[in-house]
Order: sequence, then C-alpha cells, then structure tokens
Amino acid sequence: MRVLMFGWEFPPFYSGGLGTACYGLTKGLSHHNVKVTFVMPKGPDTVKSDFVKLLVADKAFKNHNFRIKKIDSILTPYLNSQTYNEKFQDYSLMLKKQSTELLYGKNMFEEVYRFSEQAKLIALSEEFDVIHAHDWMTYMAGIKAKKVSGKPLVVHMHATEFDRTGGNGINQYVYDIEKRGMHEADKVCAVSNYTKSMVVQHYGVPPEKVEVVHNAVEFSDRQIYRIEKTDKVVLFLGRITLQKGPEYFVEAAKKVMDRDPNVKFVVVGSGDMEPQMIEHAASLGIANRMLFAGFLTGEDVNKAYQMADIYVMPSVSEPFGITPLEAMKSGTPVIISKQSGVSEVIQNCLKVDFWDVDDIANKILSLLHYETLHQTLKHHGTIEVDKFNWDIPAEKCLRIYNELVR
Amino acid sequence: MNICFYFQVHQPYRLRTYSVFDIGQSKNYFDDEKNKEIMLKVAKKCYLPTNKLILDLIKKHKGAFKVAFSISGVALQQFEECAPEVLASFQELAKTGCVEFLSETYYHSLAYLYSKEEFEEQVKLHKKKIKKLFNQDPIIFRHTELIYNNELANYVEKMGYKGILAEGADHVLGWRSPNYVYTPKGTSKIKLLLKNYKLSDDVAFRFGDKSWKEHPLTVEKFATWVEQNEGDSINLFMDYETFGEHQWEHTGIFEFIKHLPEEILKRNIGFKFPSELLIFEPKAELDVHNFMSWADVERDLSAWLGNKIQESAINELYMIEESVKKLKDEKLLEDWRKLTTSDHFYYMCTKWFNDGDVHKYFNPYDSPYDAFITYMNILNDMIIRIKMKQGLKVSPNFKISEHSSSEIRT
Repeated sequence: MRVLMFGWEFPPFYSGGLGTACYGLTKGLSHHNVKVTFVMPKGPDTVKSDFVKLLVADKAFKNHNFRIKKIDSILTPYLNSQTYNEKFQDYSLMLKKQSTELLYGKNMFEEVYRFSEQAKLIALSEEFDVIHAHDWMTYMAGIKAKKVSGKPLVVHMHATEFDRTGGNGINQYVYDIEKRGMHEADKVCAVSNYTKSMVVQHYGVPPEKVEVVHNAVEFSDRQIYRIEKTDKVVLFLGRITLQKGPEYFVEAAKKVMDRDPNVKFVVVGSGDMEPQMIEHAASLGIANRMLFAGFLTGEDVNKAYQMADIYVMPSVSEPFGITPLEAMKSGTPVIISKQSGVSEVIQNCLKVDFWDVDDIANKILSLLHYETLHQTLKHHGTIEVDKFNWDIPAEKCLRIYNELVR
Repeated sequence: MNICFYFQVHQPYRLRTYSVFDIGQSKNYFDDEKNKEIMLKVAKKCYLPTNKLILDLIKKHKGAFKVAFSISGVALQQFEECAPEVLASFQELAKTGCVEFLSETYYHSLAYLYSKEEFEEQVKLHKKKIKKLFNQDPIIFRHTELIYNNELANYVEKMGYKGILAEGADHVLGWRSPNYVYTPKGTSKIKLLLKNYKLSDDVAFRFGDKSWKEHPLTVEKFATWVEQNEGDSINLFMDYETFGEHQWEHTGIFEFIKHLPEEILKRNIGFKFPSELLIFEPKAELDVHNFMSWADVERDLSAWLGNKIQESAINELYMIEESVKKLKDEKLLEDWRKLTTSDHFYYMCTKWFNDGDVHKYFNPYDSPYDAFITYMNILNDMIIRIKMKQGLKVSPNFKISEHSSSEIRT
C-alpha cells in the first residue's frame, strides 16, 4: 500500500497536537509496511535538513517505507486570518532583507490555494494508491491530488471550525473547505465519536461515510523532577482560547478557594483570552493564588505536569485532547470535559460538563481532600495511559485504505 | 432429582448526586425520583408480569410447582412506598403456600464483615418484615450476594437457621457436585445448599445471547440437561430481574418459564423449596475458609471490596456506627443503614473497566470515582449531623476529609 499524505511537521519541530498525530500515525503505518510519501508545508525559518535526518535516525520508522516532500509555505495548523497576516508581515520583512522573492500568498486563503497547486504537481509525479489529508488547510491539496490522479481520498478531521470557534464566528471560507473536503472524500476519519457527531450534524456528512479513528499516544522515558512546594497545585495547560474553556477554570478556582484557601492555580499557555482571564481572576479576588505562567515548551511542560496535583481540561469542544494523557503519564489525576474525544477512551479520570463549574470545583476539592481517591486515580491512570499505541489507529487506517482500493 | 428455584429481589436506595458544597446542609441523601422511576420500570417489565406468570403456573400445577424468594427489606420498603401493587402480588403468591421466603439482611448489606451486632439487627429487622407482610418465619438464610464461608455458616446456625445458601463455585467444590446437600465445616445441624451455576447462568446470563452455541435454549433442551445431572437437587439461584429486565421479553424468557414446569414434571422431576431439601443426607463436609460469592468470574469479595476507595468508604461508614446508634435518632439511623447497602460499594468497583458489562449496566454513575465522591460527601454530611447532635462545635470552615469520623465522640 502506498499513501500520499498531506500533513504537518512533526515534533520536536512542531509541537501541536496535529503534528504529534501525524507523526504517530505515519510511524504506525510504517510498522504495517505502508509506504508513505509525506507532504508538508515548510517555512523558511525551520532548520532544513535536520528534520529529515532526525527521521532517518528515528529507529521507530522503517525508513524505506517513508519519504518526505516539502512545499515551501508558511502555513501552520493553528493559524487564523489574523495570525496569518502577522506572520506574513514578519516574513515579508525578513525576506526583503535577504532580497529573496516573495512567494507566499497575501492572505491565508491565497496561501492555502498556492499550497494546493504545488500539491497537484507532486501528485502528478508520484506513484501512490490512496491520498490522506489532515485537517482543512490540506483538503484543497487532497482534492486536487484526487482530481489529477483518480485515486481515492481520505480526509482526517482532527478539529472542526465549530471546535475552534465554539460555534461563534464560524469562518465561512474554512467551513466551506471542510465541508467540500468531506463531501469529495471517499472516506472521512474522525478522531472521536464526538467529532463524528459534529461532522454528521454540522456538515451533513452521512454517518456511514465517517470512521472513528481515536488518536493514540506514546511516551518516551521522561525525566523525573523533585519539586518542593507547600501548596497543592491545580493546573490548566493549553491555549488560552474560547475552545479550551479557561474561564470555567478560573471560576471553579474561585469556588475552590472559598472553601480551601491553601491551593494554587496555575495556567500554562497563551492565547487571545489571556488578558481577559487575568482580569477575571483579579476581579474575583483570587489573583494572588492564580499564576499565569505563559507559554512553556519541552521539559518545562513536563515539569508543570509533575508539579501539579490535579490537571483540569475544561474544553468547550475538544475533538480529541492529548494533554490529559500526558498528565496521567506524569502521575497527575485529571478532570476532563465530557465534551472531548479523549473522554471516550479513558476511564481512570473524573469527567465533567465544561459549563458545570460547581461540579469541577466539587471534583477538585474531592481530589484534594480524599487522598485515597487521588492515589487510586494516580495508580490506575498511570497504568491506563500505557495501553495506547499508534499501531492501533494505523491498522484502522490501513483497513480503510484496503477497502477503498479494492 | 429435584429443582429448587430461588429468586433474589433487591433494589437499593440510590444516592442523589451530593457535592462537596452540599456537605453541612443535611439535604436528602437519596434520589427519590430516580428510585421511584426505576422501581416502576422494573415492576412493569419484570415483577408484575413474572409474578402473574408464576401465580398462573402454581395454580395450573396445583402445588407441584413452587419457588423461593429472598426479597431485601429495602426492596420491600420501596414496594410499600411506590409500588404497592407489586407487594400485593407477592402477598398473593405467599397465600398459595407454594412460595417460600428466605432470610437476609434488611439492607442487603455487608454488615457481617464489619459489625456482627449490626448484622444480627438487620437480619432481625428483615425477619420481622417477612413475618408481617407474608406471615412466614424463614428457616433458610442467604447472605447478600451469596457471600459465604465456614464462619458465617457457624454464625447463622447459632442464630437458629437450618439451612444456608452459597455459590457452587468450582474452586471450592473441585470434582464434587453442587447437586447435593453439604455440611459446612464446624457446624452440627445446618445444611449447605449450593447453586448449580452452570444451569442457573444458562438461564440468567446466556439465555438471550445469540452468539451462544446453545441458543435458542428450549425447555426440552434444558429439561434434558437437568435429567442428565445426578444428585438430589439442582439449585437454580438467580436474580428475579432475569425475567424481563436482564433478559428482555423479546428473548422469549417468559415463554421459556411458562413451559418449563410442565416439561420438567413430565420427566418425573419435582420442584422443592430450599427448606424441603433439608431432609437429604449431607454428602460431605465442605471447608470454605475464604469468603466466596456469586459475583463476577472471581466469585469473591472483590466486586465490593476490591480496591482502596471501596475499603476507605466502608471503613469510614462503620467507624461511625456506634455514635449513630448512641444518639437514638431514628431518621439518622435509617439513613446510615441505607448507606450500608452493598450496591453503593459495587458502584465503586474499578474492575468493570476490564470485564463485566453487568457492572456497567447497573451502575447509575458515570464512573466508580463519582460514586466514591458522592458517598464520601454524604458521609461527611452525616458526620456533621452527628457532631451537632453531640453538641460539638461545627466551624463554618469545617474540613472535608476521608477521616472525619475521628472528630466525633465515640
């Protein structure tokens, strides 16, 4: 089986959930002897050769099963029109200094189009049996590749525009591409039943066309830190955007502190709602016990999980959500929103409705004061996360490919 | 050869979601609405139609068909509260003389494991209730979930019981057959009646399972299996909710039970009460040192006491027993007793992540951890009630803890 895959740069160069999923899935596929030609956008500021070298050195891959094609582009998966424009400005300046010709689209949509045209050229020169495209920015590329090659197309929904915006201020252009991608595709992969129901409900995709392929997670050995602290710590870690529900975290924090003042709340991440959240915490009078730590990477993230006594993910809409698994791996019990895909695949956690601030606070306080509960979740949770393995979703994808090719 | 039917009837008082913020407010602990709803649903799907069917069968076979029931006190109480027609139908059955009632703990509890005093009181309460409602004095004892060991048999013998039921678990029986009467080790007169779990579970668990190689199970096939067994009695012990609730009507379970007695009697096999099996000579002494039960593949206590949260919750519950009783407050004591029901601990079982869809189906909670949180919050509230009654000061910033019981007077 040969797959032409349109995806995103892998960690450690890119650390978003989408890059991690692309990496895991590709690795899993290579174990099933699927040959993947991986096409991805590559900006001018990323270190060029190291990435491929890193993959070559990565023993997880059977290297003969894997090739990379890069398209010069400044697309990254979590852009919106505004952040694209900012990025575009930065690059224009940089490239002007180097007196290089400007080749990127003037706005995000133009850039998506330009990327898809480049993809078409690759599709014409490559040999493959199936096309697999990850999230809306690559759907146009997938559609064009299908047109020129006549091969079946699989699109993979990692997040919908409804997740990103919480249903308010849907970008029509993005929505249209998502919809078109799914309708032109021969099969749609959704990362959870939750996402599948979104796709069926909001995009009119027939349910039998959608296959749920839950994400997985694999851990490398991590450093254990000795962290000394006097107070209990409750952690939020993620983009501070509407989708992640930071305001519910702040409000639950207030309720917890009213009952138990010896708790610290830590917010790790950045995002457009950050100033608003800081202000909100101040207006509730809890600013002194609510720390905004900013955006962290690498080992600092690991430290944050280990320092925390509880991790809370109150997402309003989370197609999957890998962070609770990271926290569990660090031995930190998690409270997660039922409006998440990950809640379908883990049991040793506490589940809440994101809007039910009382219940979030109830569960935080219970975990803080019922030590056996904390120990039991820690114990079972650590064991449970180790059962995940990318070979399982890869096998599911392979089955889908085989059905389409037959 | 004989067949001995015993059906377990039980419904717990399920708890309402009780948050940390409800502690100290002394709200009602029980989800009256949901309990009523479930009771009415099960009454409609199981209790009423099955009682009717059994009554018809008893009439039809003129004394040749008979069954035994063990109905928990909390189930009886809920019949009285919200389904009097169910109680009436059991009373009608009792009048036929073809129904025997067994003894158990009123609250379907694990009190025997934690407090012998409470255990005896709950058995007495249940005995009184059976006498009052059905005018019978049970002489056969069955412990919650068929939990059993030598010590228990000795204990209930001293309480005056002539027979006791238990699971016919392989790990205890070995090569021996469950179809005989045994003597529990260390006892003199009491007799042990064992469940034939293969034939019981063919009806209770496998009946509607289309992937089972014996599906569909006909009365002829089942009667033949019974015939092929050797022994004095095949004891078919199961939850009464098997009929219409665990096995839905469309599986044909009602038709099965409707035609079974005729098919069995045709083959010269009789039906007996557990008390009628006492005439058989015990085959051997049975030594059951460790507790066994009828739950899960393990057939042990792990469904209720298999993890740390279950242990922590039940320990805390019995830590306050004495204080609750000393206060002589009926409402408090009844609330406390309703918390002794084994189901509350069953809901906290973490084994169901791996096996047992059975656990999942009967669990009103999303997760065992939610069950624990609600339970501990309620215990914390109860402890505050106790403290106030004891005249102890309760600070508005009282601590929430797994060990609040240490703060009350004993």
